[in-house]
Amino acid sequence: MSETKQVIVKVKRQAGPKEVARWEEFSLRWRPSMNVIICLRDIAENPVTRDGKKTTPISYDSNCLEEICGSCAMLINGRARMACSALVDQLEQPIRIEAMSKFPLVRDLIVDRQFMFESLKRVKAWIPIDGTYNLGEGPRVSPEIQGKGYPLSNCITCGNCLEVCPQVNENNQFVGAAIISQVRLFNMHPTGAMNKSERLSALMGPGGIQECANAQNCVHACPKGIPLTESIAEVNRDAWKQALLGWLVG
Amino acid sequence: MRQPKIIVVGGGLAGLMATIRVAEAGIPVDLFSIVPVKRSHSVCAQGGINAAKNQKGEGDTVDKHFDDTIYGGDFLANQPLVKRMCEAAPGIIDLLDRMGVMFNRTPEGLLDYRRFGGTLYHRTAFAGATTGQQLLYALDEQVRRHEFEGKVKKFEGVTFLSAVIDEGGVCRGICAMDLRSSEVKTYAADAVIFATGGNGAIFGRSTNSVVCTGSAQAALFQQGVDYANGEFIQVHPTAIPGEDKLRLMSESARGEGGRVWVPRNPAEKRAPRSIPDGERFYFLEEWYPKYGNLVPRDIATRAIHRIVYQEKLGIDGQSAVYLDVTHIPRETLDRKLEGILEIYEKFLGVDPRVEPMRVFPAMHYTMGGIWVNGEDQASNVPGVYAAGECEYQYHGANRLGANSLVSCIFGGGIAGPAAVKYAKNLEKGAESTASAVFDSEKKRQEERNQKLISQDGSENPIIIWRELGEVMTEHVTVTRLNRNLQMADGKIRALQERYKKVNLSDRTKWSNQTLNFARELENMIILARVVTLGALARNESRGAHYKPDFPERDDVNWLKTTRAKWVNNDIQLAYEPVDTSLIKPRPRRYDAVK
Repeated sequence: MSETKQVIVKVKRQAGPKEVARWEEFSLRWRPSMNVIICLRDIAENPVTRDGKKTTPISYDSNCLEEICGSCAMLINGRARMACSALVDQLEQPIRIEAMSKFPLVRDLIVDRQFMFESLKRVKAWIPIDGTYNLGEGPRVSPEIQGKGYPLSNCITCGNCLEVCPQVNENNQFVGAAIISQVRLFNMHPTGAMNKSERLSALMGPGGIQECANAQNCVHACPKGIPLTESIAEVNRDAWKQALLGWLVG
Repeated sequence: MRQPKIIVVGGGLAGLMATIRVAEAGIPVDLFSIVPVKRSHSVCAQGGINAAKNQKGEGDTVDKHFDDTIYGGDFLANQPLVKRMCEAAPGIIDLLDRMGVMFNRTPEGLLDYRRFGGTLYHRTAFAGATTGQQLLYALDEQVRRHEFEGKVKKFEGVTFLSAVIDEGGVCRGICAMDLRSSEVKTYAADAVIFATGGNGAIFGRSTNSVVCTGSAQAALFQQGVDYANGEFIQVHPTAIPGEDKLRLMSESARGEGGRVWVPRNPAEKRAPRSIPDGERFYFLEEWYPKYGNLVPRDIATRAIHRIVYQEKLGIDGQSAVYLDVTHIPRETLDRKLEGILEIYEKFLGVDPRVEPMRVFPAMHYTMGGIWVNGEDQASNVPGVYAAGECEYQYHGANRLGANSLVSCIFGGGIAGPAAVKYAKNLEKGAESTASAVFDSEKKRQEERNQKLISQDGSENPIIIWRELGEVMTEHVTVTRLNRNLQMADGKIRALQERYKKVNLSDRTKWSNQTLNFARELENMIILARVVTLGALARNESRGAHYKPDFPERDDVNWLKTTRAKWVNNDIQLAYEPVDTSLIKPRPRRYDAVK
């Protein structure tokens, strides 16, 4: 009989925002189709480190487990990605798991991504409808616009694009690629376009679109394959146009 | 005039729609959710949303949608409100369209519609195969706008523990726990709308998200809020088995022409693509020529179980059948189904555009739920409203695909104004409730936490949960036998005893997920018993509830709603008649002409 295959996992633990971080190593029983969530569940069921020390289950965010809710973003072997779709067999071991670094840490792998939701408010990422009462059908939308808009509306607000962006740092309040791409989405919609200039204005000033330094890490980190650099380029053009026009008509 | 205050618990489609409606009425609303509302389970809905728009000129009507829904639900739903839902559905699609949902379009720029289970019409509007996500985002954006304007206050990361109910039996607010600080607090409100989703977690693994534990419903049940038709659980025919989750493979795959089959030869060794058509058994098409692969879910699920367990024709002798979309042009697949095909590809490393998918049924939807009246989503406890999957109203004994999104939005849309009206008409609002009422509820919940954190026991909550899921999945899903149900209830009660000795592996107070899970588990066990006892009592087969020993629907004895009540700390089943005033019940036969 062959020896049971093991999975070695190292998790960066931190009991709270002000506590000291430390690494713990775990040895888990390998099964087919294992993902990082299953590893974390195994640890929760038997929270004992590789060297036999009792510890606590690891705190982490998760919900849908099919890469559509955006909860379980973390750093896995140094790469920002969703834990549910991180398959153990495709990862080098020991698998290093740690919290994203660009958001305030809550505990272990949990971070606070409220900044992104606040940024959605900043750019007014919505269609300002008159009300929910019956007002008939919406505007016609060509399949072409739908084909461009739908991928943008797949954004799960996971924060991976912010995590990998060099411009998102302590000295900067850059809203990040996800938010800029949402501006493009709403500005593209026939009704949304009525408030286009308001959204563009919201993207100017500190933390706005000009903070982008074109590193293009975002588009590679996006789990949903959203054309983020394309969005940034387009919104940037529109923002410049608007600024220039404003300057011309003074 | 007194300014009323409304609380909404749950930020999926139903909760968000209720929130919008309350905010529109100019009433402040506090919105509570375990996760940031944008991460709610509604994002997992894939295939689409039904409305009889007759956009394809097939002669579809609201009445046909209504009839399909009632017939699909095997006549267990109260009919008047279902009719209102079907009437409202086209307007709901219009509203979502106005909110900017990126629905798929026809060349003319109109909404495209696809076929779905349990109907012969193209009635399902869709945004790729991630419709739930797209709809949830639309409502999330509107709520964010109201939040920006100061009408909505969000409490994300705060979990509901119990209702605050005064000595007159009226709900005056909620008691909730901050998931970071573990702090327990009470929040006053004149009415509370619950939109807390389904209870997949009591089956261990399901297509549901982690937060779908049913804990809130179970907590309310133990406070006197009745729970109806608990035994009706939908097992979706096509999911991808996984150790952490059974991932849904949407009915839209079949709506777009996907076919379900197994090799005719159980010893077949060839790769699926090299098996000639004549040697494939398209059992749904053969058994149900009219609806084919688009029979309702209960029918398809039982057919797959029959193929695997009786006919022994599962692929490679395993519990799996093929769901095949490889004959559909790649362009169509990418435009209409990309989201779900990507899930398969990502989690299994196989491209379903090239290779038929291997799927098996999985617990998916909770038809039963909080009892609400047939008018305005009010429960039997004054001040408690419910909408969405957590209530029982719209789907009878089996939900039709793509009816869930519409029922969530419709129910939430009713609950909001109804709660406002109730709150405005209250003689005395929550502000005049004695603080002792709130204090004692808070104390009760704090004591529960303290006991869990400090007690020394021998039981691991995760292991109890796993055993609960195994019992429920084995005995209380597709095929139900009374002796097994009895045994299951015995096992659940044993788990309940073991739960008393649970030992938490984390005793800290900051962001302690073990504590919250243990609390939810206690409630899950209660709900599991409600489901099991309801199933045990109902000696007939109807919709998703199937008993081989009682294979026929029995309208004489069982055309009635199960209404579970909490009496003397135990479950008591009562029954009430179903309102069938609009469509006379008739036999439900998808193998014959309707």
